[in-house]
Amino acid sequence: MKWRYSIPALLFLGLGGIFYFTLTKIGRGTLDVREIPSPLIGKAAPHFALPSLLEPSELIDSDVWRGQSYLLNVWGSWCEGCKEEHSTLIALARVAGVPLIGMAWKDDHASARAMLTELGNPYSVVVADDAGRVAIDFGVYGAPETFLISADGIILAKHVGVMSDTVWRSTFAPKITNGASR
Amino acid sequence: MSTGLLQRLTLACALLVSVGCFAIDTEAAFTDTNQQARYEHLTQELRCLVCQNQSVADSNAPLAGDLRRIVREMIEHGDTDQAIRHFMTDRYGDFVLYDPPLTARTYLLWAAPILLVLLTVGVAVRNIVRRSRMALSPDVREPGSRS
Repeated sequence: MKWRYSIPALLFLGLGGIFYFTLTKIGRGTLDVREIPSPLIGKAAPHFALPSLLEPSELIDSDVWRGQSYLLNVWGSWCEGCKEEHSTLIALARVAGVPLIGMAWKDDHASARAMLTELGNPYSVVVADDAGRVAIDFGVYGAPETFLISADGIILAKHVGVMSDTVWRSTFAPKITNGASR
Repeated sequence: MSTGLLQRLTLACALLVSVGCFAIDTEAAFTDTNQQARYEHLTQELRCLVCQNQSVADSNAPLAGDLRRIVREMIEHGDTDQAIRHFMTDRYGDFVLYDPPLTARTYLLWAAPILLVLLTVGVAVRNIVRRSRMALSPDVREPGSRS
């Protein structure tokens, strides 16, 4: 019955293996332990009506995109990751083939506008969510976050964090050609 | 060591400990104590999504403040605790709850303590039974020479 004494060692090796694989994934950046799977993917996007950042007297209703798929990018001039992804968004806005809507999340309007003047404006429309209530409806917890919403108003994809070409190609682009532009 | 120094040291330690006690939730309390208790319980039960090791009640992240306000408004509006939990899980998933519900994905999490207790009790009972048999049967070898 000597084999029983090897059980702790085997358990230790098993745990060590799990730690090794998980930690190397985190190290390579292929696993983000802080990322929370959104329950909203595959569900209807929340409806919103928010003032435009650039035309404050104008109220923009999310119904205007009904029948058309669009990208929603939640950002803020206070958010470093948003500045980092800004050039990617400018490039994507040209090739995406769907409108890119910006949502300024709990931001000072003047500094949000200043950021767009300074770095360029990739958005076809920017809405201002001053109270942060619509962002909560979208399950937003850390800017930047980007959503793809289909023509029938379903959230097809979501990315938390800086948008990159890699993320775009793997998560967003396939869904635009296969479903969103139907 | 003089008593003066000891007193000063005690005071310094007390001050160090009290640093952690500044108020995060600056909103006024509910007038209804029952509502206040529900509010405190719910915000403790919800995980802050930004600093994920803190509850919504303990976190001073802006999002936690917004979520506290929503809990407050929903309680004032007359929503049940269940409705408030639903509001949160609809948007943030089960992750937002410190007390995850029993589902197909979490059954192992919930069953693990019971399984471990059963396993321990099983092994213990087996060992006790075997040892008491060893002690009773006349043909056992010397105690201590277990193979």
